[in-house]
Amino acid sequence: MSPAEIKEVILDILSDIAPDEDLSDLKDDVPLREQLELDSMDFLDIVMELRKRYRVQIPEDDYIELASMQSTVRYLEPLMRDITPAKK
Amino acid sequence: MYDTIIIGAGLSGLAAGIRLAYFEQRVCIVERHTTIGGLNSFYRLRGRNYDVGLHAVTNFAPPGSTKGPLAKLLRQLRLRWEDFALVPQVGSSIAFPNVTLGFQNDFDFFRSEVRRAFPAEIDNFQRLVDKLLSYDDLGGPLGGQSARAVVSETIRDPLLVEMLFCPLMFYGAPGEHDMDFVHFSVLFRSIFLEGLARPFAGIRSILKHLVRKFRELGGELRLRAGVSRLSTSAGEVRSVQLDDGQELAAHDVLSSAGWVETMRMCDGAVMPVKRPAGQLSFFETVSALNCAPKDLGCKQTVVFFNDSEKFHWQKPDELVDVRSGVTCSPNNFLYDEPAEEGQIRITALANFDRWQNLSEEEYRQAKSTWYDRLNASAVRFLPDFRRAVIDSDTFTPCTIRRFTGHENGAIYGAPEKQYTGTTHLKNLFICGADQGMVGIIGAMTSGITIVNRHLLRKKM
Repeated sequence: MSPAEIKEVILDILSDIAPDEDLSDLKDDVPLREQLELDSMDFLDIVMELRKRYRVQIPEDDYIELASMQSTVRYLEPLMRDITPAKK
Repeated sequence: MYDTIIIGAGLSGLAAGIRLAYFEQRVCIVERHTTIGGLNSFYRLRGRNYDVGLHAVTNFAPPGSTKGPLAKLLRQLRLRWEDFALVPQVGSSIAFPNVTLGFQNDFDFFRSEVRRAFPAEIDNFQRLVDKLLSYDDLGGPLGGQSARAVVSETIRDPLLVEMLFCPLMFYGAPGEHDMDFVHFSVLFRSIFLEGLARPFAGIRSILKHLVRKFRELGGELRLRAGVSRLSTSAGEVRSVQLDDGQELAAHDVLSSAGWVETMRMCDGAVMPVKRPAGQLSFFETVSALNCAPKDLGCKQTVVFFNDSEKFHWQKPDELVDVRSGVTCSPNNFLYDEPAEEGQIRITALANFDRWQNLSEEEYRQAKSTWYDRLNASAVRFLPDFRRAVIDSDTFTPCTIRRFTGHENGAIYGAPEKQYTGTTHLKNLFICGADQGMVGIIGAMTSGITIVNRHLLRKKM
């Protein structure tokens, strides 16, 4: 998966977790928490969805890497490079 | 071998089951009864549908909300707002002798009511609201502060203090006289700042959605499957033994049966924490009417009443304490269409031991006597609906005991809670009333919180 595809995956997960949030103006370099109504339970869900959908394992110590879209994509790139995007 | 076995198919167990099944665990919910719901359930009697437990769902939030307990819960369960389809209340009140405070799902209205009835206290009231808003909700550590102490040092008029405690106690205080201030804050927000609502078809529509979701995700639900014993060794539950002798194995066990009740299931285990069971139970009258309650002048959704200036939240000496109670009409929500039949439910504190000790004949007699007494007490605070009654039912602390398994029919479980959900066994956790959250939304959130904290992470 390319960084752009990983970003799509994250947006798709966010739209599932927070269906009432507007994701269209999300800024890549600003923490997600500052832009969306997300709490620690929701961050756990991002991790769990990645595991469920792509078998990506993220240790608890690394949750901090999921702060912004930019840091998330950067963190996931090596983990998801060899994954083929799922067909929708 | 299951990943997780959940004991109890009430709101907390079902919500926990959905979370686990959604994240691909093999989950089985075992329930002793023939039906789901536990405390919050429903039944049919002589052709009529009744709810038990739920009067109203607290924590109301309108569709599209991204904040608050309801929005969080729906997100966690991947449910849509429409799945619960909560309909807001018409309006409720707290009625004491000579003073009534109305409240709606609009906090400014309640504030104006406090200003009208207690003009000298309005600034103090606002200070109390500011104070309780500064506490973090759901799952935060307890402050260990007495709510009575905090509220009394903020509000001077003891009558207003009693009038604030009355509804909050009825809707969620597990112990006598007082509660933790954090608990008070959670209840205050859920009732006054967020508000009351109900699905048109009552609790059954919420339960139905939960069960459907759980099953769609591959979860297994076994009714008539009571747990008789948890076999333990080396600090772990090894297997779950059912009443019929069947033995099930699981990596983890999550029990919503209550703290004391769960400890009792563990074989050979000495109870690690001495913790008394709850003592507060309810008696409830249910009356079906030949017209809508509003046609009799009963226009309010819920009325919390108390017949003196002092509110007593304690186990009564008599079978029922009729001095104070909660009346609810499930008709008085802002539905698009009228409910099929008028109903009024009235709930008051009751003494489990006294009900338990009655002979079968005395029990039947007492139900009828106290049905009359409680309704007679309540009609001092709402229009007399009694001539319109066409059918009735009652439930007692023994009924609650039977359906929840809670010792003493303790409506909100044990006074002391286990907020972490952990036990002395490393793969046994508890959720539900004794984990510390109350209300419909709170119960489901309890199941979710414990799953998130202990049962999802460890498998990563």
